[in-house]
Amino acid sequence: MVTHESGGHHHPPSGFIRKYIFSLDHKVIGLQYYFLALFSVFLGMALSMLMRIHLVWPDAKMPFTPGGQMTPEQYLALVTMHGSIMVFMVLTTAPQSGFGNYILPIQIGAEDMAFPVLNMLSFWTTFVSLMVLVSAFFVTGGAPISGWTAYPTLSALGEIAGPGQGAGQNLWIIGVAIFCIGSLLGALNFITTTVDLRAKGMTLGRMPLTVWAWLVTAILGLLAFGVLLAACLLLLLDRVAGTSFFIPGGLVVTDTPIVSHTGGSPLLWQHLFWFFGHPEVYIAILPGMGVASHVLSTFSRKPVFGYKAMVGALGAIGFLGFCVWGHHMFISGMSPYSAFAFSLLTMTIGVPSAIKTFNWLGTLWGGRIQFTTAMMFGLGFVSLFVTGGLSGLFLAQPSIDLYLHDTYFVVAHFHLIMGVAAIFGIFAATYFWFPKMFGRMLNETIGKVHFWFTFVGVYSIFMPMHFLGLAGHPRRYADTTGVNFLAPLHPVHYFITIAAMITITAQLIFLFNFFYSMKAGQRATENPWNATTLEWSIPSPPPFDNFAGHIPVVYRGPYEFSVPGATDDYIPQYLAPERVGKAH
Amino acid sequence: MKRKRGEQGSAAVAFSLATFLVIFTIVTVYLFLAKPAWGWFPPSITEFGKQIDAQFHRTLVITGIVFVVAQLGLALVIFRSRDHGQKASFFEGNSTMEFIWTLATVIMFVGLGLYGEHAWAEAHFQGAAPGALQLEVTGQQFAWNFRYAGPDGKFGGTKPELVSASTGNPLGLDPRDPASKDDVVSPVAYVPMGHEVELLIRTQDVTHSFYVRELRLKQDAVPGMTIHMHFNAEVPGEYELACAELCGLGHYRMRSFVNVVSQDEFDKWMRDQETALQQQ
Repeated sequence: MVTHESGGHHHPPSGFIRKYIFSLDHKVIGLQYYFLALFSVFLGMALSMLMRIHLVWPDAKMPFTPGGQMTPEQYLALVTMHGSIMVFMVLTTAPQSGFGNYILPIQIGAEDMAFPVLNMLSFWTTFVSLMVLVSAFFVTGGAPISGWTAYPTLSALGEIAGPGQGAGQNLWIIGVAIFCIGSLLGALNFITTTVDLRAKGMTLGRMPLTVWAWLVTAILGLLAFGVLLAACLLLLLDRVAGTSFFIPGGLVVTDTPIVSHTGGSPLLWQHLFWFFGHPEVYIAILPGMGVASHVLSTFSRKPVFGYKAMVGALGAIGFLGFCVWGHHMFISGMSPYSAFAFSLLTMTIGVPSAIKTFNWLGTLWGGRIQFTTAMMFGLGFVSLFVTGGLSGLFLAQPSIDLYLHDTYFVVAHFHLIMGVAAIFGIFAATYFWFPKMFGRMLNETIGKVHFWFTFVGVYSIFMPMHFLGLAGHPRRYADTTGVNFLAPLHPVHYFITIAAMITITAQLIFLFNFFYSMKAGQRATENPWNATTLEWSIPSPPPFDNFAGHIPVVYRGPYEFSVPGATDDYIPQYLAPERVGKAH
Repeated sequence: MKRKRGEQGSAAVAFSLATFLVIFTIVTVYLFLAKPAWGWFPPSITEFGKQIDAQFHRTLVITGIVFVVAQLGLALVIFRSRDHGQKASFFEGNSTMEFIWTLATVIMFVGLGLYGEHAWAEAHFQGAAPGALQLEVTGQQFAWNFRYAGPDGKFGGTKPELVSASTGNPLGLDPRDPASKDDVVSPVAYVPMGHEVELLIRTQDVTHSFYVRELRLKQDAVPGMTIHMHFNAEVPGEYELACAELCGLGHYRMRSFVNVVSQDEFDKWMRDQETALQQQ
C-alpha cells in the first residue's frame, strides 16, 4: 500500500481519564455517543412499553405509580419523554455523532476530526443535556405533558396549564437548548473535517456515500439547531421573564385570567419549531440512507447504481427539507394559501426519495447478494423506507390532512420512516462496523434471529396504526374510553401492545450479542467483508491515530466491486493502479 | 477467489426474506382493499367530505401501485440475485432509466398534489355561503362550548375576568352588553340539516383542535385567533367531536357532539334554549 507521510506518529495519552472519559480521540468520542444512544434507546423503549401497557390495561399497577394506576398526566409525561429522548438522544446521536465520528475521519483518510477539543466538548454537552432532560422526571409535578413539540400556550403558561408544566417543562427546555449547542459544535466539526482533512486523492467524487450523507446531515444540523436554540430561549423567557413571544392576551385558564401577557403568537413557535423539526427528520434518516447505499453495494458485490444521482438526491432532500416545514401546520391556523406551496414542495421530496429507492434496487439487480446481518438490516431499511415514505404522500396533501392530521396515521408514518427505518440504518451500521470498532465479529446467527424478530415486529406494531388513524383515532390520548368511537378499536391496541412487548424483549438478544461478541466473538481481520473503503485498510480495532502516521493515497471511487478483468471482486480505494489484479 | 462461510448457501435466507416481503405486501393490500369497518373512515355527511374521500382513494391507488412494485421488486431482486456462485454483473448506472423514473415520479406525485388542491380550496379559499348559520366554537381545558348569536344576529361581548364555568358563564358573556342577552350557549351543538354553517373557532387557554370525522374537518383552535370554517351537513345524526391537539391531561376526554337535525327540530331546540334564557 502506497502511503503519504503525515507529520509523524502520535502517541496516545496515558491514563484512564484522558483515554476514556475526556478523550480527544474521535473513535472514543464516537463510542461515547454510541453508548449514550444505546442507553437512551432502551430508556425510550421502556417508556413506550409502559404507554402501550397502560393503553390496553389502564388499571395495571406500575412500579412508579405508588398505590394506583397510571394517571393521564403520567401517560403524557411518558409521551413527551419517549419522543424527546428518541428524537434527540437516539436518532440524532447514534447515526451522525456516533458512527459519523468514528468512521468519517477514517473513511476520508484523516487522523482525527478537525477540532478534537470541540469534539470532546460537544459530547459532554450532549451528556449534560441528557441528564437535564431525564431529571425532569424527578421534580415536583414530574416531566412535562406537552409532547416533544412543546406547543405553547400549553408549554408557556406554567403550572396552571397542567402538572409537569412547571419545573419539568423548564428542565425540558434547558435540556433541549443544551443539546442544540452540542449539535451545533458537532456539525461545525463534521463540515470542517470533510472539507479540509481529506487524504490525497480523496476527491469529492470519490467520497463514500456515507461521508456524503454525514456531510449533508451536518449542514442541516448547522442550519436547523440554531433556530431551535433561539426558539427554546424565547420560550424560556416567556416562562420566567414575563415576555410574550408566544402568549397572546385575553387568555383564561380554568376560570383564572392570565393578565401578565399580551400580544404573542403561538404560531410563531410552531414555525420556528418545525423549521428545525422537519430538517431534523432528515438528520435522523440521511445517515441511514448513506449506510444502506454503502452496505447494499458491498454485499451485492456491485457498484452503487447511479452514484452521482445518489449524491444529488441527498442534496435535494436536504435542500427541500428546509422548504416544507409548513406541512406540519396545515390545520394550525396559518394562511391556507401557503399550504398550497408547502404541499407541492413536499410532494416533490417524493422524487429524490424515489430516485434513491430505484437506485437501491438497481444496485442489487444482477449482484451476488451475501446475506450478512448487516445486509439484512440494509434490505429491511429499503422496505421500511418505501412503506413509511408512501404514507407521507397522504399527509402531504392538506385536504387529506383535514382528516388524518394528529391521528395514529401520522404516528404510523413517522415511526416507520424516521424511527424504525433510521434504527435499521443504525443496526446495519452496527453489524457492519462492529468488527472494525471492537476487533471482533458480532455473532451472525444471533444477529439473524434479532433481525427477524425486529423486522416482523416493527411491521406488526406500526402497520395496524394506519387503520387506527383511518378510523380517526387522535394521537396522544391517555385513555381510549373517553370518546365513544374508539371503543371498537380496542382489539387493535391489544394486538399492537403484544407485538411491542415481543419486539422490545427481542432487543435483549441484540444487547446480549453486542456485549458477548465484544468479549468472546470471533477475531476480526483487517477487512472481513472484502470492502473497499479506507477504514478496511487498517487493523481492527484501529490504532490511536488511525493510520499510524502513514496516510493512505486514494486512487479510485469507493464502490469498485466486480470490475471486469480484475482477479478479485473488489478493488480497494487505497490500492495503487499497478497493484490491481495482483495479490494484496 | 476463496469463499467464506456465509457467502454460500444463501438460498434459504433469500427465500425466507423474499417470501416475507410477498406475504407482507399481500396482507397490506388486502387490508386496504377490504376497508375493515373498525379501521376505516365513517361515511361522509357532506359533499365536501366526498371530495376528500375521492382524493384519498386516488392517492391510495397511486401509492398502492408504487408500494406493490417496490416491495415485490425488492423481493424479486433478493431472490434472483442471491449468491448461487454467479459473478456479479458490473454497471454503475443508466442515465436514461434515471431520467425516466424521475420524470414519472414528478408527474405522478406533483400531479396528485395539484389534483388534491380543489378540496382544500373549497374548505379554505371560499367563505361560507351567504345566510350561513353563525356558530362559535370555544375550546377550554377540557370542554367545548357552542354559542349562537340569537335573534339579534349579533354575538355579544365577552370579558376574560367574567369567565366562570362553575357559575354557568363559561365564555365570560358581558351582561352589560345588550347583544349578549340573547346569546345561546350550549355544551353540544345543534345544526340544521342541508343548511350552511359557519364555524368561528376559538380557545380560551391552550391550543385545541375541532375534529368531527363525519364532516372531514379538523381545525386547531389557536389562542388569540378566531378561525373560520364552514360545512353543510346532509345526513341527520349525532356526531362525536374529539379534541385532536394535545391540550393537557384531559385531552383524551375533551369531546362533545354535533347534532344534525331537520330545520323544524333545530328551530324548536333554539326556541327552547331562548325560553330557558329568559327564565333565568
